[in-house]
Amino acid sequence: MSVGKALPHDSGPLHVSGQARYVDDIPAPAGALHLAFGLSHVARGRITKMDLDAVRAAPGVVMVLTAADLPRPVDVAPGAHDEPLLSDKAVHFIGQPLFLVVAESHLEARKAARLGRVEIAEEPPILTIEQALEADSRFEDGPRVWTKGDASGAIMGAPHRLQGRIEMGGQEHFYLEGQAALASPQEDGGMHVASSTQHPTEIQHKVADALGLPMAAVRVETRRLGGGFGGKESQGNALAVSCAIAAHLTGRSCRMRYDRDDDMIVTGKRHDFRIDWEVGFDGEGRIEGLDVTQYARCGWSQDLSLAVADRAMLHADNAYLLPSARITSHRLKTNMQSATAFRGFGGPQGVLGIEAALDRIARHLGLDPVEVRRRNYYAPMTEGEQGHPHLEVAPGETWQEAPEDSDLASRGSGEDLPREPVAPATRNATPYGMEVTDFVLHGMTDRLLETSDYAARRAEITEWNAGSPVLKRGIAFSPVKFGISFTLTHLNQAGALVHVYQDGSIHLNHGGTEMGQGLFRKVSQVAAEVFGVDPARVRITATDTQKVPNTSATAASSGSDLNGMAAKAACEAIRGRMAEALASLHQCEARAVRFAEDHVEVGGDRISFARAAQIAYEARVSLSATGFYKVPDLSWDRIKGQGRPFFYFAHGAAVTEVAIDTLTGENRILRCDILHDAGRSLNPALDIGQIEGGYVQGAGWLTTEELVWDERGALKTHAPSTYKIPACSDRPRDFRVALWDQPNPAASIYRSKAVGEPPFMLGISAFLALSDACAACGPAEPALDAPATPERVLAAVRRARG
Amino acid sequence: MQVSLDINGASVALDLDARTTLLDALRNHAGLTGSKKGCDHGQCGACTVMVNGRRINSCLTLAVMHEDDEITTVEGLAEGNTLSPLQRAFISHDGFQCGYCTPGQLCSATAMLDEAAKGWPSNVTADLENATPLTDEEISERMSGNICRCSCYPGIVEAIREAADAPAQKTGAEA
Repeated sequence: MSVGKALPHDSGPLHVSGQARYVDDIPAPAGALHLAFGLSHVARGRITKMDLDAVRAAPGVVMVLTAADLPRPVDVAPGAHDEPLLSDKAVHFIGQPLFLVVAESHLEARKAARLGRVEIAEEPPILTIEQALEADSRFEDGPRVWTKGDASGAIMGAPHRLQGRIEMGGQEHFYLEGQAALASPQEDGGMHVASSTQHPTEIQHKVADALGLPMAAVRVETRRLGGGFGGKESQGNALAVSCAIAAHLTGRSCRMRYDRDDDMIVTGKRHDFRIDWEVGFDGEGRIEGLDVTQYARCGWSQDLSLAVADRAMLHADNAYLLPSARITSHRLKTNMQSATAFRGFGGPQGVLGIEAALDRIARHLGLDPVEVRRRNYYAPMTEGEQGHPHLEVAPGETWQEAPEDSDLASRGSGEDLPREPVAPATRNATPYGMEVTDFVLHGMTDRLLETSDYAARRAEITEWNAGSPVLKRGIAFSPVKFGISFTLTHLNQAGALVHVYQDGSIHLNHGGTEMGQGLFRKVSQVAAEVFGVDPARVRITATDTQKVPNTSATAASSGSDLNGMAAKAACEAIRGRMAEALASLHQCEARAVRFAEDHVEVGGDRISFARAAQIAYEARVSLSATGFYKVPDLSWDRIKGQGRPFFYFAHGAAVTEVAIDTLTGENRILRCDILHDAGRSLNPALDIGQIEGGYVQGAGWLTTEELVWDERGALKTHAPSTYKIPACSDRPRDFRVALWDQPNPAASIYRSKAVGEPPFMLGISAFLALSDACAACGPAEPALDAPATPERVLAAVRRARG
Repeated sequence: MQVSLDINGASVALDLDARTTLLDALRNHAGLTGSKKGCDHGQCGACTVMVNGRRINSCLTLAVMHEDDEITTVEGLAEGNTLSPLQRAFISHDGFQCGYCTPGQLCSATAMLDEAAKGWPSNVTADLENATPLTDEEISERMSGNICRCSCYPGIVEAIREAADAPAQKTGAEA
């Protein structure tokens, strides 16, 4: 058995010896050129004059390109065709690429890019939510609204009503490896691109589009990323396309990487949100109706914002059954970086909205916040229930022709191919009409409260706070129920390519990208499991659009689910052929052939796997296969907000304890207990790493990580000197993570569950604990906003004191 | 200008602009890409190397300043194919996810263990007169200059703890 083993990351020995190559470590081909963008210093306006003579005359400069110099209009948007690579005169944010410098060295390109004299007729930028609403500056024709029942009526008729607002900041990905690409022209007009991307197919599509080539003429390779977190789903397009164009024009290899400050100024981040809510509830804290309005600042272009905002709506319920709900979402267009995918993809923002409301309900009624949460949970998965009923995809699906140039492989393409939604479920249904049949948070909550000793600690903290005027402690529990699948249904597919060589070595390739999450290790464990061999026999190879085509981004936590299944299918095809060949030689049934412990047992013989491969080869059996997988049972209408967008839900729960200093607002996480549902884990060590990392990153989003734009729209926090991500000493002092470890009721890869994004939302418990500590300072509502920097904590303490 | 650097025990002659940072010299001129460029201004720690056994942000120092110094990068931590105890511990404790900060973490931790062994205090050391044990809090504080966005800090601290506690003569697996 290799599935379920805590094997270390596949690249471990390479990482610790410095041999692991990232894009910028690939030796440059002779004569390689380097690229840099000239950036806008104005948030909104029109270019009236571009004097680039000094740029062209600068040392080392080979070529300077503006939009007018490009052979054809070049767009780098994922889907919406609203991101010209270089400004077409219109300027939309500070940091927008206006021209491209091609030079002999990285430094020369960057220095020359600073010499451009660009005159821009400035217009007042749209920066705030108020400004955007006032100007009706938004994506889509108006707010999206999904409803379940009559929320207004339910709220009006409820025994208790509360309303509130929470603001939450965005988040810089701060992948430690900045965006990077390297393009090399090939014979016959083709282009090879190495890109630090989560979405090689997207890069391939955009490069082909920019060069006027068929996709088959462009090859994109990605061995590994130095962190992605969603920031490399669409944001690598501009670099890869620039490199490809410059390589095409010069005939030389071209590479580009953003300097850290440029990276933060140019690329999109997590969407910041304001959430207004009104809730009606009974005397026990049970919600009767919830009305939520989400405002997202999406930045200058659409990017993936519609899908992000959809997912925020899809998680406005988090783990709670809402008898009636109205969810409104404003996707506001502002003159800032174009906000993009970031771990959780809108989910964390949606979850924080209802978690803040539940805390208010608990404080209002004087109830324990955990108890209020439990009372509102979805009904548990019933005993013996084998997951969800397998819904038939509605017959008579209607398909629409997609426009020829549409970016089908991107989450930014917005509209899914329309299909009939399944009939709305009724019993234990989400606001979008999906029956929740796999809910396990009741049991998980019970266990976590016990292992974390929640009740006793809460009592002790209350007592301690009473005697501590300056320092206050807080404790909070928060659960997460996260929907697994791309909400753009057709993206839920994957491919793999597997070869077994005649010496028994196995070559594995699939469409997923490795960015540290351990995907390659997990999929190699799947392959090793199918063949019954040591995982060391499986050679893991770089993601390559020439091997597996038409891939989806490694995103939405889907990497192992999708690619694991595709690889399993490919391995099973080969194993089946090997079994047939061996069985026929031994005159036995193919199903009696057993692959285990690096050996094959057939007709009483036990031969090595290598020997079995050799025999199969000699028997002229194909030892190469592709595998394909598509997620079943999905059906979703995002305009109506109805259907079954998710294959299953992943769950988690956390209890966090913090301390605050009421004189300075400084704070610390003292302890964190997590119980997380990774299904039957494919690799517990990697999964626990994802959970720990996700929690710390989530807590960082809500505590220290603050993005600040000035009144001109300039991002002032564009380096680690001003933008604070968690360091070693910021992790919880006492950090206890456990896996729930029950099989996924849905038929996922070996019954495991996706684990990339869900734990991020457990960081919300840190924020709620800070809020709890602030609330301990006085009788009034602290109304803490995020990120809970010392300044905000101090302000919340003052509000609590009344 | 011509510069001769002693990198990982080998003398390397380079022709550099005098303003070339040590990091750029290593990555772009000496062909040693193990040291990473994360922020290029001394805030992230990905470029940490050792100069005469002391850790240093190689992006904040010029190569020409190190003509007679012994420079050790991540490529020089192993002895031949034998990984150091710290390198092995990073693998066994999953002290990385994406791996981009790992070279800096390893160089930093290697030098840090030496600093601690010599009794150098940190910002959280309570007793400046007597040797303090290398607690998790001490490790966290002393490693606070090396950020890991994947937040593998639990694994990193466990790995450093194991290496700190390991007997020096322990031999290791092949790289």
